[in-house]
Amino acid sequence: MLKLSNVSKKFGGLTVLQDVSFEVPAGKVFGLIGPNGAGKTTVFNLITGLVAPTGGGIHFEGQSLPGMKPHQITRLGLGRTFQNIRIFKEMTLLDTVIVGMHAHLNYGVPAFMLSLPGFRKQEQQAREKAHELLSWMGLTHKADDIADNLSYGEQRKLELARALATQPKMLLLDEPVAGMNASEKLELMAEIQQIRKRGYTIFMIEHDMRFVMGLCEEIAVLNFGRIIAQGTPDEIKNNPDVIEAYLGREDDEPMAGVAT
Amino acid sequence: MDSFDNFWAIYSNLVLTIGINGLLALSIYLTLSCGLLAMANAAFMGIGAYTASLLTMNADAPFSVALLGGMAAPTVVALVIGAPTLRLSGVYLAMATLGFGEVVRVAILNAESWTGGALGLNGIPQSTQWWHVVGALVLVLLVLWRLRRSRIGRAFEAIKEDGVAASLMGIGVLSHKMLAFALGAAIAGLAGALNAHLTFFIGPSEFGFDRGVDILTMTILGGTGGLTGPVLGAAIITLLPELLRSLKDFRTMVNGIILVVIVLFLPRGLWDPLRFKQWRARRKAGRAG
Repeated sequence: MLKLSNVSKKFGGLTVLQDVSFEVPAGKVFGLIGPNGAGKTTVFNLITGLVAPTGGGIHFEGQSLPGMKPHQITRLGLGRTFQNIRIFKEMTLLDTVIVGMHAHLNYGVPAFMLSLPGFRKQEQQAREKAHELLSWMGLTHKADDIADNLSYGEQRKLELARALATQPKMLLLDEPVAGMNASEKLELMAEIQQIRKRGYTIFMIEHDMRFVMGLCEEIAVLNFGRIIAQGTPDEIKNNPDVIEAYLGREDDEPMAGVAT
Repeated sequence: MDSFDNFWAIYSNLVLTIGINGLLALSIYLTLSCGLLAMANAAFMGIGAYTASLLTMNADAPFSVALLGGMAAPTVVALVIGAPTLRLSGVYLAMATLGFGEVVRVAILNAESWTGGALGLNGIPQSTQWWHVVGALVLVLLVLWRLRRSRIGRAFEAIKEDGVAASLMGIGVLSHKMLAFALGAAIAGLAGALNAHLTFFIGPSEFGFDRGVDILTMTILGGTGGLTGPVLGAAIITLLPELLRSLKDFRTMVNGIILVVIVLFLPRGLWDPLRFKQWRARRKAGRAG
């Protein structure tokens, strides 16, 4: 569904990604892991058009992405969240989610200038859909609150609802559980399972090994800008390269999570 | 009725100036609502004023055509200069648009055969009636009110909050910024055209840096959280010097102090729907508890 072939990215003289190739299959939960600074977020930025690759090809459902504007890529069906939350702080939750539907509201200028039935109907449907998405994330009761008043975990969920509002075929989640406590993580895990069952393909970057191993059906490991392994969670756990390059250096929680 | 006629004879100019300043404040509100600090509105006002005046004086165009021309000319200019400058943000955009404003002023100054240079244009027919100003203000308010409630208004707000996140919501950021910039230019041009046909005379110094800062001050003072703020700010900035007339020489000083105090204590402007909402919530909570 999403295919990266020999993608490389240099910032000045610094090579961040080199010959990165992998394919995210449709309908699965795919994980990209790797130590800090391995270039994971850069991969997302390349896919979503925020930065241009130095070389290589990126294709989504056969369509070549490099050179397209971020909003055009979103309209192809790629929704994303951010590692460092980027919500619209002073907007209500409801409005925030409706912003995600921007490209799917197609009334013309006369329709909203004169408040014609077409405008009112589409806006009404957008509100209903937004309420539904907020309910998926358990945020219904806060629909009219300002996003800035939400807790950290809730803000992450709001980002997820907003990304879903763009009607993506594939969801890119950049460290969805960063900064969450254990119970929030479990909650979000269940919610992501639900989203997957609704037919979305999910591609996530994550540090939390328990989370990744529990959710992903396929995992790629990035280290120093190169893919060093790819496979099922079991294969990744037992891959000596991965253990040596990434997990072997750490002796705290991630290692324990893998060893079980 | 006599007393009203008397009042109108003295103050009609002041009242209509409030309306025109209201239009100017709304013109910069549009770009601010998109998160853009563009300082070209005085120049757009000037382009509108000169275009409309030349149309009525040299081409004998009817007033309606002059007004339309006064809106069209700055819009076209905005589309041309917007393409390169709107990629900038923050202070850099402010600098670029200020530079553009200076270019416009100097161009007007030097195109003497058309614009009269430093002497300005004299004897512009006084075609602007009170209902022209009121009509223009109501129309602009209506358009902006509808715009705010549409997908475009939401897109503006999203871009202001976070441009990158907005683009990943499928919003074409640059095209929306262009729309806000061009629409703001059209409104500023309309204000300029109406003002020129009210004051009889225009000169290049009216559309310089001072005017640009005035326009920005009105909107920031009133508040950018809605359409009420800019109009309120325009009314205050226009009326304050008149109300302080008795202070004579201290007038501008007190005027400045009042503005500083307001901005210090109400940084989001006088009219701030968000603050009103919090007040109401607190009063409700107070009653319940």
